[in-house]
Amino acid sequence: MKPILECSRLTKKYGDFFALSDLSLTLERGQIIGLLGPNGSGKTTLIKLANGLLTPTDGHILINGMTPCPKTKQIVSYLPDCSFINEHMRVQDILSYYTDFFSNFSTERASAMLDALEIDRRSRLSSLSKGTKEKVQLALVMSRDADLYILDEPIGGVDPAARDFILKTILTNYREDAAVLISTHLIADIENVLDRVLFLRNGQLALNATVDDIRTEYGKSVDALFREVFKC
Amino acid sequence: MPWDLNNDRPIYLQLMERIQHDIISGVYQPGDKLPSVRDLAVEAAVNPNTMQKALSELERCGLVHSQRTSGRFITDDTEKLRRMKSELASEHIFSFLDQMRNLGFSDTETLEMIQQTLDKKEGTNNETDS
Repeated sequence: MKPILECSRLTKKYGDFFALSDLSLTLERGQIIGLLGPNGSGKTTLIKLANGLLTPTDGHILINGMTPCPKTKQIVSYLPDCSFINEHMRVQDILSYYTDFFSNFSTERASAMLDALEIDRRSRLSSLSKGTKEKVQLALVMSRDADLYILDEPIGGVDPAARDFILKTILTNYREDAAVLISTHLIADIENVLDRVLFLRNGQLALNATVDDIRTEYGKSVDALFREVFKC
Repeated sequence: MPWDLNNDRPIYLQLMERIQHDIISGVYQPGDKLPSVRDLAVEAAVNPNTMQKALSELERCGLVHSQRTSGRFITDDTEKLRRMKSELASEHIFSFLDQMRNLGFSDTETLEMIQQTLDKKEGTNNETDS
């Protein structure tokens, strides 16, 4: 099986600024990977390149051996870092919208999650709080039977109890041959569910290691190591 | 309820210790079937691969064994479990004695204090009984 995501000498420039420079890495299936780095380190740029929303300045990025295209969008379930659904839609309409759009979307799974979160299907997205909106969007994204889930800041706006629910949702919903890439600043909250972490700094890979290797080698948590490496 | 894990030690080691403790203290009985890796991982709120690693290590120590297709089972070697239980007990005693020595108590003093505490506790227990 081909690696689910592969970058080779990937570079993205905005004008004179290198958002990513010469980034090479391979992500295997069956892992939950944390994408970590300070603001402006290139996390969202990498995610947008993986989803075909940006094109590389140089180098390439492959999803399951293919450059991002409609075929890769079929196997990648993506949660952007900002609201991506028309705010005037009702939750029930968004459900049928997703059912129409994605053949691998499970309406039952999404309904079960929305019920567990006690979200009223008749409410319009615009009437929901920031955290509830995020929950709805995450439930949709995790209800697709994808090979790669890319979650850009999925737990930023939700309360700690919902955070536990969301992590549980991620743990119970991804298939064993799928991979999950999560970008976040809340490292301590998600550290235990990760296999591996990637540290980005100035558009380059500063570290690529498993959580337990980091703890064995440095005798500290990923969160503590991050604070040390990126101390301001 | 996620398991209580600390921040500076490898997660799989802590999972091993927790399950080992559950086995020794009788939460799981000898010969019991363990929940699946996925269920244990969700319960503990940890990565399934990390849970898998912890269980493989426990298998290597002979505390659990896997039966192809039907899952993982706790060892029914009660002698082994008894031995591990007393090993764990002496670890606790040694670490307690270390702490007491750090506070400046000799082992004899510590022993006396333990006896006093037990006597006092017995006294209050009797009072509540009557």
